[in-house]
Amino acid sequence: MAVESRARDYSLIGPEGAKAQEKGLAGAAWYQSPIPRKQLKDLMQRSDGPALRDTAIWIAALALSGSAAAWLWGTWWCVPAFFVYGVLYGSSSDSRWHECGHRTAFKTRWMNDVVYQLACFMILREPTVWRWSHARHHTDTIIVGRDPEIAVPRPAYIPGILLNLFALKSGAKAVRLLFIHAAGRLAPEEETFIPEAEHGRVYVVARIYLAIFAAVAAACAAVASILPAMLIGLPTFYGGWLAVVFGVTQHAGLAEDILDHRLNSRTVTMNPLLRFLYWNMNYHVEHHMFPAVPYHALPRLHAVVKSDCPPPYPSLWAAYAEIVPALLRQSKDPSYCVRRMPGAVAGSR
Amino acid sequence: MSGAPAAIWVAACAADDVEREDVVRFDHDGRTYAIYHSPDDAYYATDGLCTHEEAHLAEGFVSGTIIECPKHNGRFDYRTGEAKGAPVCVNLKIYPVKIEAGRIFIDLA
Ligand code: FES
Repeated sequence: MAVESRARDYSLIGPEGAKAQEKGLAGAAWYQSPIPRKQLKDLMQRSDGPALRDTAIWIAALALSGSAAAWLWGTWWCVPAFFVYGVLYGSSSDSRWHECGHRTAFKTRWMNDVVYQLACFMILREPTVWRWSHARHHTDTIIVGRDPEIAVPRPAYIPGILLNLFALKSGAKAVRLLFIHAAGRLAPEEETFIPEAEHGRVYVVARIYLAIFAAVAAACAAVASILPAMLIGLPTFYGGWLAVVFGVTQHAGLAEDILDHRLNSRTVTMNPLLRFLYWNMNYHVEHHMFPAVPYHALPRLHAVVKSDCPPPYPSLWAAYAEIVPALLRQSKDPSYCVRRMPGAVAGSR
Repeated sequence: MSGAPAAIWVAACAADDVEREDVVRFDHDGRTYAIYHSPDDAYYATDGLCTHEEAHLAEGFVSGTIIECPKHNGRFDYRTGEAKGAPVCVNLKIYPVKIEAGRIFIDLA
């Protein structure tokens, strides 16, 4: 059988989106593991407690490491302090915008919205754009031509992933889009998933972001130092690496165009520190199947559905032991994907 | 003269079928509805499909007087049908409800 090595078009305005619609893959019904309603209701219960505790620890750790970094500025001792501050700012913000974007982290709505806005700024993801982009990601997870959040298209561009460890590709794109939005326009792809009524909000927030960055730049000029930018703005870049390490595990190398999250998402077991930094997003199959379950209940949800799911990866190492060879193989054969459930049909074309 | 259309009361389910602060699905005549039991022991009915992307609201989460859609967590006040913000922008249609002999009827007129 001939191997099809042609790369697919992942654009939302190319031909693949229409093909996905023709095949019934857009806005389709997804597989869900059976859970009795009573149990699911219990898992969906909201509470402010866990997220208040975690957010207090997160903010305190940011304040402490940021103050230490500023205090030690000019010495080599500031490097470990910025390392910690950068990860908390540029990487932990990834799971915070995500959970608060679903409005499940806290029970109280305004708390979700405040942390969402803060975390979006930290990771340089414009809140309105990403709210709508993420809704589409949940509707059409890893459906080519429909999902705007396919982090690793086939064949994988490995240098791009490595550049993103310091947000050099994703950050540059985000900055370019900020200017486009601030000028009162959207990129054509964004017009496919952001309703017109929300466009004005995108433009206003982009202008606010640019004003904040201008103020940081002015502060740098005033004190003749990049210290202000090291605390606000640059941590998105130098501290974003862990978000990429986590994020690549979510879907890379798995099936495309399949309506079963067990076949296109990964659940990876992690230690409590990593799970704090990642707010349990490592339970990614479970999150996609039941997005109404808050992050703090995902370990319990995992216990309920695990017999119906592929076994979780026991560590990040184990996940990457599969991902790296899969991506290398896809660079020669983009039709290849990892299939983990015997008997399940994971055809990706 | 045309006034309000005559009520068309349709039996949906037993009142006991809907737990307090919960929702059940009711299908009738090719359409889907959602029936709610509020914390203060009142019953309400809305269209059963979310106005965003038509997920079944009966699979969602009821918290107080809010139904949260299971797909993208969009929220509605199920008493009024009011959409409470992105990604839901269009209000939900609501239906009058009455209880008779322990059964829930909704007016589909
Ligand atoms: S389908 Fe209900 S919020 Fe999207």
